Amino acid sequence: MNRFMTGLRQIGQYPSAMAGILVILFLVGLSLYAVFAIPYRQALDLWRGGEIWQDHPRNAAPAWVNWFRLNNLPSTIIVEKSSADVESENFQGWSRVRIPLEFSYTYDEFPSEMNLFLKSRFQDKGPFIRLFWETPDGREILLGGHRPRLSHRVALSQDRNLERRLDAPPHMALLSLPDDIDKRKVLKGDYRLVIDAVFFEEESSLETKFISYGRVHGPAGTDHQRRDIMVALLWGTPIALAFGLLAAVGTTITTLIIAATGVWFGNWIDAAIQRITEVNMILPMLPILVMVGALYSRSIWVMLGVVVLLGIFSAGIKMYRAMLLPIRESPYIEAARAYGAGHSRIILRYMIPRVLPVLIPGFVTLIPTFVFLEASLAVLGLGDPVLPTWGKVLHDAQGESALYNGYYYWVISPAFMLMLTGLGFAMLGFALDRIFNPRLRSI
Amino acid sequence: MSGGGTSGNIRRVLVFTLARLAALFVTVVIGVYLTIVIAHGGGELDDLRKAQIRSEISEAFAMDDEFRDLTPEERNKLIQTEIEREETRLRLDEPFIYRSADYLWQAINLNLGHSEQMHSDGGSRRVYHIIGERLPATLLLFGTANLLVFFSSIFFALFLSRRYGSRLDRSVVALAPTSAAPGWFYGIFLILVFAFLIPVLPSGGMVAAPPPVTTAAYALSVLKHMLLPVAAMFISSIFISIYSWRTFFLIYSSEDYVEMARAKGLPPRMIERRYILRPTLPPILTSFALMLIGLWGGAIILEQVFNWPGLGTLMFEAIGHRDTPVIIGAVVIFAYLLAITVFLLDIMYAILDPRVRLEGGKHS
Repeated sequence: MNRFMTGLRQIGQYPSAMAGILVILFLVGLSLYAVFAIPYRQALDLWRGGEIWQDHPRNAAPAWVNWFRLNNLPSTIIVEKSSADVESENFQGWSRVRIPLEFSYTYDEFPSEMNLFLKSRFQDKGPFIRLFWETPDGREILLGGHRPRLSHRVALSQDRNLERRLDAPPHMALLSLPDDIDKRKVLKGDYRLVIDAVFFEEESSLETKFISYGRVHGPAGTDHQRRDIMVALLWGTPIALAFGLLAAVGTTITTLIIAATGVWFGNWIDAAIQRITEVNMILPMLPILVMVGALYSRSIWVMLGVVVLLGIFSAGIKMYRAMLLPIRESPYIEAARAYGAGHSRIILRYMIPRVLPVLIPGFVTLIPTFVFLEASLAVLGLGDPVLPTWGKVLHDAQGESALYNGYYYWVISPAFMLMLTGLGFAMLGFALDRIFNPRLRSI
Repeated sequence: MSGGGTSGNIRRVLVFTLARLAALFVTVVIGVYLTIVIAHGGGELDDLRKAQIRSEISEAFAMDDEFRDLTPEERNKLIQTEIEREETRLRLDEPFIYRSADYLWQAINLNLGHSEQMHSDGGSRRVYHIIGERLPATLLLFGTANLLVFFSSIFFALFLSRRYGSRLDRSVVALAPTSAAPGWFYGIFLILVFAFLIPVLPSGGMVAAPPPVTTAAYALSVLKHMLLPVAAMFISSIFISIYSWRTFFLIYSSEDYVEMARAKGLPPRMIERRYILRPTLPPILTSFALMLIGLWGGAIILEQVFNWPGLGTLMFEAIGHRDTPVIIGAVVIFAYLLAITVFLLDIMYAILDPRVRLEGGKHS
């Protein structure tokens, strides 16, 4: 262990090792943040998608895209108001309310979508509403009338009648001068969406929410289901680290113990282990994982189990065996035997610790291999069914032809996280290799 | 060597060879059998397929007007016989253990049979045709990439080992960690840059659609489609490959006999050829051979990303269709190739490395 400690002290001399350690610390910090900021259950619920995300734009780019653009892409604007906040005229048995939703639009580009969400409360007869759009230059456009259900969505940008009347997609036409629409020029200024509601019951009320969906959202953008990709980027970190670390630990430790057992007992046990290793070399790892994913379960923990199982008798056994063979004959083992140490004690306490320092570099470089393996499975569509992972984001992006449609961020951000993880561990591992295998340094 | 010694040697070599062959064959048998069991879900898949057959046949009967006049009992009886016939055809009525032994026997005899669902583009359902159709695509792509990586990394590594510690050497060492990412990962970036940002190369596939008529244009189109996947594999493995070969050569060039040769004043070229390359030949050949059989099966995910119609894609599709004969066919051929390569390597080692030749009989 002494050699181990002096080795660790030398790390400071290797800039790449320090960079690797910083990257790993950053990833660990990010994992802790993810686990505490978004509890596990919540992360699963968020990634399942659905109504939770209705306030988010679809396929919005990350906010930082604007730093590289001349004309700013719009963010999402949400205007909420309830009928209780505004004055109403009461008549016999019915009342009339005007709810103005005001916002100023100052972006250079049109929003991606516009929706109006209505929540009304009534007993038998629901309210009737008419929608008016007021532009900064004083025009008033009638958007139509609705009889909202308890929970109602007016999809303004998908209103075909309105589109025909305005001669352009509504979310564009409503935000520009009639002459400018072909030029795709936004008319900046204060807009008003007025909801003119008539209630037929005294207890009736209406809650309104107007959303102009932006083209950018948050630090990572959103996907085709309006989900914030940041959730997967954040939660992908602890999952990737846990998978990589557990798989690396699981395969290395078991392989080492088996190699040491074979070397210690020798004879037929050693021979059997060698033959099993050869059989294992024939089994194709990725196809087996794909079969397990397709036939049994896609759970990441089942995959982890299979990876470890297939990794137990990996080709590494031959290497460990070569390292352990001379140790078996060393005097301190003989001493241990003389004082009556048992087989397991000799294997676990005397043989394995001796080779551990040499194996640490390989162990560290093994971690990103498994991180990428998990990503590979996810890209093939065999990712965990519920967990948000980087590979699943890549898979979604592939499925939606993200590159073809120009959603480059959708591919780049998970790929960046994967690359960061890979580089961090690999840089540390390579530096450790030079420290712990000093044969190369003396040249 | 005296006469008596030679005949003893030959006998020893023969015994060793036969024992090795037998061991490898047993290995192949066990490996293939395990694959058969896994591909059939350990027999559990049978229930699933029986249920599928039942629902398909019941559906077919319900849709058909001709059976409308039958009483329910008569119809059920008919359905039952039909199901039994189908199960007999797919041999689902026999216990899985017997069937798996039979599958194993056929697989080991390379009698790969017919696929269950898939067929080749030519329409054949023979597993040989299905695999044979995809093989050239995989060999072309992965052969090109791997040979390129292998030879360029060895030559470059030799070059670097002469310039140990130079700026070029250090930058290669610094770049080695980039190989932590697999080829498909770089593939995505290359597609992004060269197919979409600067659209000069196709994003996937093997040949333009419709395929060019003349052979030259066809070859050119394939070449264009190969460029990105080959580049992706090259980037992902070249640095680690150079790095490990360079380290390997450095270790060998610090041996005493190399120092001795240097001290004698031999020219560097000769030292490289005779004193460094010659003793490192067995490991180089091993990795070359393993690379060659690694070509078999290609890489599922790289082929998926580039939409390359190779064996990896075939395997993925076969698993998706639960087409076990195709899966087993691919694995069996891989197992045989691996076993043959390992065997040839054993013999080659004996020829190339005098130490192994002497100890071969006693050891292992």
